[in-house]
Amino acid sequence: MAKSKGSWTDKQMDSIIASILQGGVVLAALVVLTGGGLYLFRYGSALPDFRVFRGEPSDLRNLAGIIADAVLFRSRGIMQMGLILLIATPIMRVAFCLFAFLRQRDRLYVLLTLFVLTLLLISLAGGLK
Amino acid sequence: MAPSGVWDAMNNFEFTTLIGLGSVAAGFLGALTGLGGGVVIVPMLVLLFGVDIRYAAGASLVSVIATSSGAAAAYVKEGYSNVRIGMFLEVATTTGALSGAFLAARLSSSIISIVFGLVLLHSAYLSFRARHSQSEAGSPDPLAVFLKMDASYPTPSGPEQYHVRAVPLGFGLMVVAGAISGILGIGSGAFKVLALDRAMHIPFKVATTTSNFMIGVTAAASAGVYLHRGYIDPGLAMPVMIGVLLGSLLGVRSLVRSNTVLLRLIFTAVIVFLATEMIYNGFTGGL
Repeated sequence: MAKSKGSWTDKQMDSIIASILQGGVVLAALVVLTGGGLYLFRYGSALPDFRVFRGEPSDLRNLAGIIADAVLFRSRGIMQMGLILLIATPIMRVAFCLFAFLRQRDRLYVLLTLFVLTLLLISLAGGLK
Repeated sequence: MAPSGVWDAMNNFEFTTLIGLGSVAAGFLGALTGLGGGVVIVPMLVLLFGVDIRYAAGASLVSVIATSSGAAAAYVKEGYSNVRIGMFLEVATTTGALSGAFLAARLSSSIISIVFGLVLLHSAYLSFRARHSQSEAGSPDPLAVFLKMDASYPTPSGPEQYHVRAVPLGFGLMVVAGAISGILGIGSGAFKVLALDRAMHIPFKVATTTSNFMIGVTAAASAGVYLHRGYIDPGLAMPVMIGVLLGSLLGVRSLVRSNTVLLRLIFTAVIVFLATEMIYNGFTGGL
């Protein structure tokens, strides 16, 4: 593959991808742990209820509701925010690949990556239930 | 035979601690055997803790993203993974995952439980089959060349070229792998490696690292659907995600030192037992 200037080698791409993934997981885990600590402190002695499926309350099912809950320092909202950061981590990786393929002027892979990224974003935004 | 009585007395703190410890064990064994922690998380939550299979799948799917992304750093240093193969096949796995997640809402818990058991048995069987791993020389496949998939990987005797084959078959198998992942909330890594290694003749090391990369993206595709359908409960997903992540990091660290043959045997026995229980429960409706 021709290495025009301004485009990364595959090895550089690998190492940037690794940083994105690692950083995302560490950040997500920290947010989840913060919310988790708060959750156990507040509701540790309450009884769990996972036996029967009721589905999460609507505020924990969409991005706006989760952010609103997290800002209000609700423990379940903070944990869910951490999980959103986790789900966003591979999506960030795909977004980076799109950028990298654009710089390599690899039109075929730009299209393929764009397709994957669109599916991921529609799914996260709640376009497919 | 969903257990009751014992668990009814448990509060959130005890429940979270036990699930966290179980998840560490699952992540540890999953990393050592290469099967991933996800395959045992769902049966553990459903059979042992009496959790509804939809909440269990949601928590498992989240932990799959964590381990896949967390393990990437170790792989990248080795320089095996192939970004183009991964991205091309992610078109297949994400499409499959969304169809699977869509289907999951329309299937009964019993059916999902039976499918889960069968997939577990299949992955136990796969873990005992010999690796293919032989990248034979030969003329390149025109489609793989067009897609710029052929590359080289590091070996003790310098970089070695490989040619990718059977791209359409591999693509089709990846749609199936994605669908399984979306229906059951697992990474379906064993199946992905099978497709890359056996069907597409990609060297085993490249296959496992590329599969790991794809698992996170595949799981992220279904995770959005799961979230909006209310399958992802933060109180349950928290100990599962943190536990599996810790367990798999420990597992990867100790990979060199341990007796993996014995562990693989034990883990496979556990999987066969869980698979039988899942299928039994699916048929008797005891979930």
